Amino acid sequence: MNKPHSNKAWFLVLPVFILVAFSAIVPLMTVVNYSLQDIFDVSTRYFVGTEWYREILNNSRLQDSLVRQFIFSGSVLLIEIPLGIGVALMMPKSGKWSVISLLILALPLLVPLNVVGTIWQIFGRADIGLFGWALNSLGIDYNYAANPIDAWLTVLLMDVWHWTSLVALLSFSGLRAIPDAYYQAASIDRASAWAVFRYIQLPKLKSVLLIGVLLRFMDSFMIYTEPFVLTGGGPGNSTTFLSQALTKMAVGQFDIGPAGAFSIIYFLIILLVSWLFYTAMTHSDNK
Amino acid sequence: MAEIHLKSLAHSYDTSANPPEYAIRQMDHIWHDGGAFALLGPSGCGKSTLLNIISGLLKPSEGDVLFDGVRVNEIPPQDRNIAQVFQFPVVYDTMSVFDNLAFPLRNMGTGAAKINSKVTEIAEILELTDVLSKKAANLTADEKQKVSMGRGLVRDDVSAILFDEPLTVIDPQLKWKLRRKLKQIHEKFKTTMVYVTHDQLEASTFADKIALMYGGQVVQFGTPRELFEQPNHTFVGYFIGSPGMNFLEVKRCKEGVCFDNIAFPLSDAEKKALQHSTSNNLKLGIRPEFVHVWDKPNSQAHEASVEFVEDLGTYKIVTLTLAGVSIKARLQEDQKVPHKSTFISFPEQWLMLYIDEFLVEKENNHE
Ligand SMILES: Nc1ncnc2c1ncn2[C@@H]1O[C@H](COP(=O)(O)OP(=O)(O)O)[C@@H](O)[C@H]1O
Ligand SMILES: [Mg+2]
Repeated sequence: MNKPHSNKAWFLVLPVFILVAFSAIVPLMTVVNYSLQDIFDVSTRYFVGTEWYREILNNSRLQDSLVRQFIFSGSVLLIEIPLGIGVALMMPKSGKWSVISLLILALPLLVPLNVVGTIWQIFGRADIGLFGWALNSLGIDYNYAANPIDAWLTVLLMDVWHWTSLVALLSFSGLRAIPDAYYQAASIDRASAWAVFRYIQLPKLKSVLLIGVLLRFMDSFMIYTEPFVLTGGGPGNSTTFLSQALTKMAVGQFDIGPAGAFSIIYFLIILLVSWLFYTAMTHSDNK
Repeated sequence: MAEIHLKSLAHSYDTSANPPEYAIRQMDHIWHDGGAFALLGPSGCGKSTLLNIISGLLKPSEGDVLFDGVRVNEIPPQDRNIAQVFQFPVVYDTMSVFDNLAFPLRNMGTGAAKINSKVTEIAEILELTDVLSKKAANLTADEKQKVSMGRGLVRDDVSAILFDEPLTVIDPQLKWKLRRKLKQIHEKFKTTMVYVTHDQLEASTFADKIALMYGGQVVQFGTPRELFEQPNHTFVGYFIGSPGMNFLEVKRCKEGVCFDNIAFPLSDAEKKALQHSTSNNLKLGIRPEFVHVWDKPNSQAHEASVEFVEDLGTYKIVTLTLAGVSIKARLQEDQKVPHKSTFISFPEQWLMLYIDEFLVEKENNHE
């Protein structure tokens, strides 16, 4: 068959192409450009190839940051996903209480990042913060400013407080979409509560959970504001995650070249891990 | 297996409403042990509600459900030995077809060998053998519905299997085949089956006896033939048959009842019932199949004008007007198609008298 061929159709794609170019490709290529050069001033620059990349990958401080980052994001997912599902399962399905619990869950999501940091910064203080004071009165020696583990747990707690709602709301909407007939059939089949969760609810939640996992992974992997407000990345480097390390390098030390290489690696890691999650969660469908 | 007795049963979804709206209005009904029944009625008449009450998914707001004489109102569906198949297929997506079919058996603690033989047997009957190892999520809609049915059929502890419009999502071709299959399964296992549908053809091909439901009540329970020939409520006459029964609004007169100036003689039982009643809601019903269309005038025929003729392939339906009332008649295959006007008569044996919409028996057998 000989279809008439016209290249005019490309013009229709042009607006999208321009949009994507300006929003993603151009900035990204700028960073690629930086990452391959050593720049002294506007007119003095040398092409250095992959040197910055090698330097970044061998930088032990950044390696520590990366490990810290993975542990953090892993903990966030391991806590927030099951907790969010649990909260959604316990929520009233309809009526006044359903609306009220939805509102309460939505509240933390409306609080700006730096405010969350500030709230916990004060909340956790041993002298004037309720949380820190309460822990210390119970005989627990809690001090996020001095103890790395305390600082770490506080950042984690902050994230859980802030974002579990997102997973819960997503799961709740997923649960609501399950037709009654599934539960009815399960009770006719004498399924246990666990079997209902395992074979009906969880499979039906898969697509919303995929979104939840990706969002929470990407977001937590780029965490910056909260630890910065809480302790500025300390004590020591204990809560200095990748974003903050990058900012220090790019803005603090003005090492544009290495920072560029760092950004690219950072970006590729997020892309790779997201892709892994995506394929792992969707590939089991095809059999 | 069990006899299911619905005793003074009524159900309202919202008992706080004043007055409560009833999805099931007070009724008594018995599904006999081992029968193949259809529950037929228009959408919204309460068929699903009734089925869910039998299976225990719903608790009736009034009255009792008895299995073999034992009240089961408080017993949850898990403990009622009832299987139910829903309108839209329910499969456990992440399980294989085999595991789906085995699921109810495993939940009952059945042994692996028994599960294997039972699942294999039912898969064979439903022609699912080839897809047993496939994941249920990847099946077509009708395979999924077969799996849903299969989960009810594998169990041999069930007293009854309830089907709630199970073939809605199935292609017409396959619908017919699956219905046959269900019928065969019934003949083989003799489990009580209640099959809900709004399609009279589906009901009469599946069931020995049809319960016709209207406005939250079973208005007639009988064989397809009884429902056709002796509808005991005008709704049954209207709903069963295609097209439904013709109704003439009649008045009392000295011969019995009269329509326009045509007098219709009544049987003794009918006359007696008419005397006992003060109602003026009187109707005569006759099926289009029984209206006699004559080619020429004769002493008992009345002239009616022809409105239009529908050719339905093997037969024709002619719509006529007699004294301003529209009447449908079915023409015989070889009969001449009338133009403009024709002559019709109403054979007495097929004329049914309805007082306040309920049938008056022609002969009084109850005395
Ligand atoms: N869960 C429910 N809550 C309130 N009313 C309902 C519910 N389910 C059904 N009804 C009402 O009960 C009546 C009977 O419904 P249903 O049993 O589903 O009819 P059918 O299955 O014959 O179509 C309808 O008027 C319907 O609106
Ligand atoms: Mg229904």
